[in-house]
Amino acid sequence: MAATLEEIVDGLAEIVNEIAGIPVEDVQLDKSFTDDLDVDSLSMVEVVVAAEERFDVKIPDDDVKNLKTVGDAADYIAKHQAA
Amino acid sequence: MSSTNRTVVVTGIGATTPLGGDSASTWEGLLAGRSGVRPLEDERFAGLPVRIAAVAAVDPGDVLPRPLARRLDRSAQFALIAAREAWADAGYTAKAGEDTAVDPDRLGTVIASGIGGVTTLLDQYDVLKERGERRVSPHTVPMLMPNSPSANVSLEVGARAGVHTPVSACASGAEAIGYAVEMIRTGRADVVVAGGTEAAIHPLPVAAFANMMAMSKNNDEPTKASRPYDTARDGFVLGEGAGVIVLESAEHATARGARIYCEVLGQGLSSDAHHIAQPEPTGRGIAKAMENLLDNTDLKPAEIAHLNAHATSTPQGDVAEVKALRRVLGDDLDHVAVSATKSMTGHLLGGAGGIETVATVLALYHRMAPPTINVDDLDEDVDADIVRDTSRELPAGTIAAINNSFGFGGHNVVLALRTV
Repeated sequence: MAATLEEIVDGLAEIVNEIAGIPVEDVQLDKSFTDDLDVDSLSMVEVVVAAEERFDVKIPDDDVKNLKTVGDAADYIAKHQAA
Repeated sequence: MSSTNRTVVVTGIGATTPLGGDSASTWEGLLAGRSGVRPLEDERFAGLPVRIAAVAAVDPGDVLPRPLARRLDRSAQFALIAAREAWADAGYTAKAGEDTAVDPDRLGTVIASGIGGVTTLLDQYDVLKERGERRVSPHTVPMLMPNSPSANVSLEVGARAGVHTPVSACASGAEAIGYAVEMIRTGRADVVVAGGTEAAIHPLPVAAFANMMAMSKNNDEPTKASRPYDTARDGFVLGEGAGVIVLESAEHATARGARIYCEVLGQGLSSDAHHIAQPEPTGRGIAKAMENLLDNTDLKPAEIAHLNAHATSTPQGDVAEVKALRRVLGDDLDHVAVSATKSMTGHLLGGAGGIETVATVLALYHRMAPPTINVDDLDEDVDADIVRDTSRELPAGTIAAINNSFGFGGHNVVLALRTV
C-alpha cells in the first residue's frame, strides 16, 4: 500500500535524523537538504538509498539533483512509489 | 615569517588508549602497571589462533555524536578524540577558524596510521557481498583512505599549512611527529597537531599477523601476554587507539603564554634494507638512527634519563633494540630508565608512536618512568636498566628522553625530547 505524503515526510525525517542528526521536528517540507539539514552530497546518497528501501521506489541518480528540499523528495516518492 | 632551526615544544597532549579514554587516565594506568589486554569475546574471533587484544577502554562511538561517528573510520574517530583533547589542553578553542591565537595558514596536521581504514574496507566489502552495490556507503573512500584521520583533524582545527600522513607501518606515528617537528623547524608552520592512530582489531588483520608468527598466542592469560624482555615472550598483542600532541615553535608558545611540557629536539631516521618484516638482528639500522639523532640535535648522551622502547614483546626485536642502544650509547645506557609501555597498552602499530610520545612527554613532565610489566624472568641478553613492576622517579635537573619506533619495511625512527 502506498504511503501518504505525511507518512513519507515522517519517514524522511527519521532518515535525516539518523544520517545527519537533525531533530525530526526540524525536517519540514520547505527545508533544503544541503542548506538547512546538514546533508552534504555524500550523505544525500545515503538518504536516497534509505528512502528507496523504505518506500519501495527507485530514484535514479539523474533525478537526485532535482530533489533540493524535503518537499521535492516527498512529492517524487509519492508519485513514483509502487502502487 | 619563515626561519630555520627553531626550537619546537609540546604544548598539548591527548590520547585514547586501552588504558583510558584520555591522557590522564592512560597515564594513571601506565603508572599503576595495568594491562589493557582483554579476551576478544566476539564470535568473529572464535577459532582464530589469537583471541586477545588491547581494546580501547572507551568506545569512540560512545564519545562522538552518531552522525559524525558513522562517517569516520574507527581510526579517525580515535584520532579526532585525541586531537580534541590535545587542542584544548594546549589552550586553544575547539572550532576551526574561531581561535585567533593561531593563524590557520601557519597551522598543520600530521596524523599517521599504519594500516588506515581497514575495518571500513572489510565491513563495506561485507555490505557489497551481502546487500549489493547500492548499499555500499558513499563515505567508504573518505573513510578508508589512510590520510583520513589527518584530514579530519585539519577540518576540526582549521589547519591550512598542510595535512600529511607518513606511512611506515609501526613507525608511522613517530614519523608523523618527526615530520611535524620539521614543518615547524623549517618555517612552514608555527603549530602542528601530530600523532598516530590505529584501529585494526578485526579477524582479518588478526589472522594475518598471527600467520606471520608475530603475535602472542597466550589466550589463557591476556594480561600476561605482552611481556617485553621476559624470556617467555612470544609476540606482540594488537592494540588500538590514538595519541596526539600539539607541537609549537617556542616563540609562538611563549608569545601566547602557553604551558610548555617539554622540548622536542628532533629525530634520527634510518632504514634496514634487510627484510620486509623481520628486524635486522644486530640492530645496525637502529644504531644508525640513534647516531643520526645525536648528529642532528644537540642531545648529549649524558642527559638521557629515560627511554620509551619500541620493545613489542617479540623474541628478536626486543634484544636487537637494546644491543643497538648499547653500541651507540656505551656506558651512558646505564643511567637510562627503560620502559616498554607496550607491556600494558599492547602494540598500536601506527598509533604506537603517538601514545608512546604522549607517555614520554608525561614521563619528563612528571619525572616518572612507567613500569614494564610481566618481566618475571629478564632475558639475560637484555643489557639495560629495565624499569620493572613499579614506576620509578627520574632525576631532577635537565633530562632528556628517547622514544623509539620501528616498522615492518625496515623503518627506524628515534625521537628525542628534553625538559625545559
